[in-house]
Amino acid sequence: MKKLIIALAATAAALGSVVSGAQAQEKTKVCFVYVGTKTDGGWTQAHDLGRQELQKALGDKIETPYLESVPEGPDAERAIERMARSGCALIFSTSFGFMDATVKVAQKFPNVKFEHATGYKAAPNLATYNSRFYEGRYILGQIAAKMSKKGEAGYIASFPIPEVVMGINAFELGAKSINPNFKLKVVWANTWFDPGKEADAAKALIDQGVDILTQHTDTTAPMQVAAERGIYAFGQASDMIAAGPKTQLTAIVDTWGAYYIKRTKALLDGTWKSEQIWDGLKDGILTMAPYTNMPDDVKAMAEETEAKIKSGELHPFTGPINKQDGTPWLKAGEKADDGTLLGMNFYVEGVDDKLPQ
Amino acid sequence: MRIELQRRPASSGLFSLVSPLLALALTLIFGAIMFQMLGKDPGHALYSFFVEPLLEVWSLHELAIKAGPLILIAVGLSVCYRSNNWNIGAEGQFTIGAITGSILPILVPQWHSVMVLPLMLLMGAAGGALFAAIPALLKTRFNTNEILVSLMLVYIAQLFLDWLVRGPWRDPKGFNFPQSISFAPEAVLPPLLDSGRAHASILFALLAAVLVWFMMRFMLKGFEVTVLGRSERAGRFAGFSARRMVWFSMMLSGAFAGLAGISEVSGSIGHLQPSISPGYGFTAIIVAFLGRLNPVGAIASGFVLALTYLGGEAAQLSIGVSDKVTRVFQGLLLFFVLSCDTLILYRVRIIFGSGRAREAKS
Repeated sequence: MKKLIIALAATAAALGSVVSGAQAQEKTKVCFVYVGTKTDGGWTQAHDLGRQELQKALGDKIETPYLESVPEGPDAERAIERMARSGCALIFSTSFGFMDATVKVAQKFPNVKFEHATGYKAAPNLATYNSRFYEGRYILGQIAAKMSKKGEAGYIASFPIPEVVMGINAFELGAKSINPNFKLKVVWANTWFDPGKEADAAKALIDQGVDILTQHTDTTAPMQVAAERGIYAFGQASDMIAAGPKTQLTAIVDTWGAYYIKRTKALLDGTWKSEQIWDGLKDGILTMAPYTNMPDDVKAMAEETEAKIKSGELHPFTGPINKQDGTPWLKAGEKADDGTLLGMNFYVEGVDDKLPQ
Repeated sequence: MRIELQRRPASSGLFSLVSPLLALALTLIFGAIMFQMLGKDPGHALYSFFVEPLLEVWSLHELAIKAGPLILIAVGLSVCYRSNNWNIGAEGQFTIGAITGSILPILVPQWHSVMVLPLMLLMGAAGGALFAAIPALLKTRFNTNEILVSLMLVYIAQLFLDWLVRGPWRDPKGFNFPQSISFAPEAVLPPLLDSGRAHASILFALLAAVLVWFMMRFMLKGFEVTVLGRSERAGRFAGFSARRMVWFSMMLSGAFAGLAGISEVSGSIGHLQPSISPGYGFTAIIVAFLGRLNPVGAIASGFVLALTYLGGEAAQLSIGVSDKVTRVFQGLLLFFVLSCDTLILYRVRIIFGSGRAREAKS
């Protein structure tokens, strides 16, 4: 096994030098596959901003072709294969649904490097990368508990997959660290991107009496509803301050650019390795939008928590934590391991919802 | 002044043949103008759109994968439309076919036998046919509109699939992600050749096209379809039943769509997931009409539409145009085909003077 790893590393290094040798004549191609359009205002746009940053930073050495609106399914496999054949040296496939397609193409093209966002299947030439969104959501929870008069927030959720459940739990844990009786109501919109449904969910939550909104869906519709009804809300994926200048408290902003630059540099240096990367606030893959519309003491608290998470002093999932039904999950001081977080399919205590199973 | 379309006394046989080619040529010319306006070299753009995907073997395989379901569905639809029954819900029958065909590999994965694959295909086709029987039943029994019913059943089918892969059929080892277990090797349609991914779906499509062509040309059933489609009254005099034709045409097109669904899932995807089709069932409607509701025509038009998809990707990568260009191309093609066809049957007359005066007289 060790020999295999050494052999792989050597191959990677050799390939790296070939690539850097060739760049004098031709630029290295770093390619992107998108599930949406690059102007969707949410997930794909955040990735495309990252690509533009990469192009700006390393534009003299690389090109960054991309494919938009690639449907998840057999079309994805063809699209990714086309990229591999067209001379892409590194391919970022930026949707969970591209996972199996990326795995298949990676098997066929051992000399091309692949990186798949938010998935869990890897290979010697296929890395995975994800962002610790939950770190930001913990801060949102704390702010919500400080700002809410009723002690109740509403959460517009997309699909009951571990990623989303983890985010709901992190928000509730953050809120409970300030107000132990904080309640969180959840509405499942069953979509990532649907302004109409998201707005309906926001209205339903506000009608149930919550006075603060947060979302794990991609449009600015909930922010606009919150602004109309005069309550506070948090942005998601992009800074949504334009949709609610007096409404947005902060937003968790996906800033993939730093990561794309780091990995592309590694490719050019020949130090690229297949890794399962899960970066967070400290790595710059996730950024908090400016803290606005809140008193200075709340802002100071949020900044302090952010600093503590960055320094590693604070892990949002640190015991004692009980599951929703009151059974103990983590003992005092115990931290959740990444495996459990990535497969999370239960709520923590205080979430006022039944998890769809 | 106004413009009128007048039916020509006779339509030119030569132009009926040339018209699709003329439409293609016009599409190319307008496409070139479009690329010019986008600031791209039109020659290079058209080359990467229409020629590049045909130059490599792997790409031809991909063309076959894409064309397979389009042709298979379009062949069924062309019979349906010929008989004056308007099944718009092939996308739903495709989805239900994929679900019923997947029952064996998902619920009894421990059954390893060569019988699995044929049974899957059969169950897929049966599922599609039964799902298409719903609008047939409602139409014959309650005189409902099959366009609306079949279209709305698409959403029911898609949501049912969504529910299955998030609920009862979810892979227990899949980290809660909405996906079924992967099919065992004996439940997967094998690739036809070693050089690429193309599987039997394209063979089913070609076989279906030839069989249906034979039926329409040489069998009484084909004659029945045509007569009832043109005039239900005339069909009744010949002793044909319009009711039975509703059942036959809807279920035939449903069966083909269902077969396409399970072939796609078994051959190209390998498991069930919330979205299994980029709209094959709807695109196949365009394919059927481009092929002039002729099964053999559907083969040609299926490949042309599949090519525009692949070409769109190739052009995105090699010259950096948006994926919307593909849609514009498909739109242009459909527009020119329909307008060329119209101009064969009709001529344009510009009538000077006040149209209103004439209306008042009549």
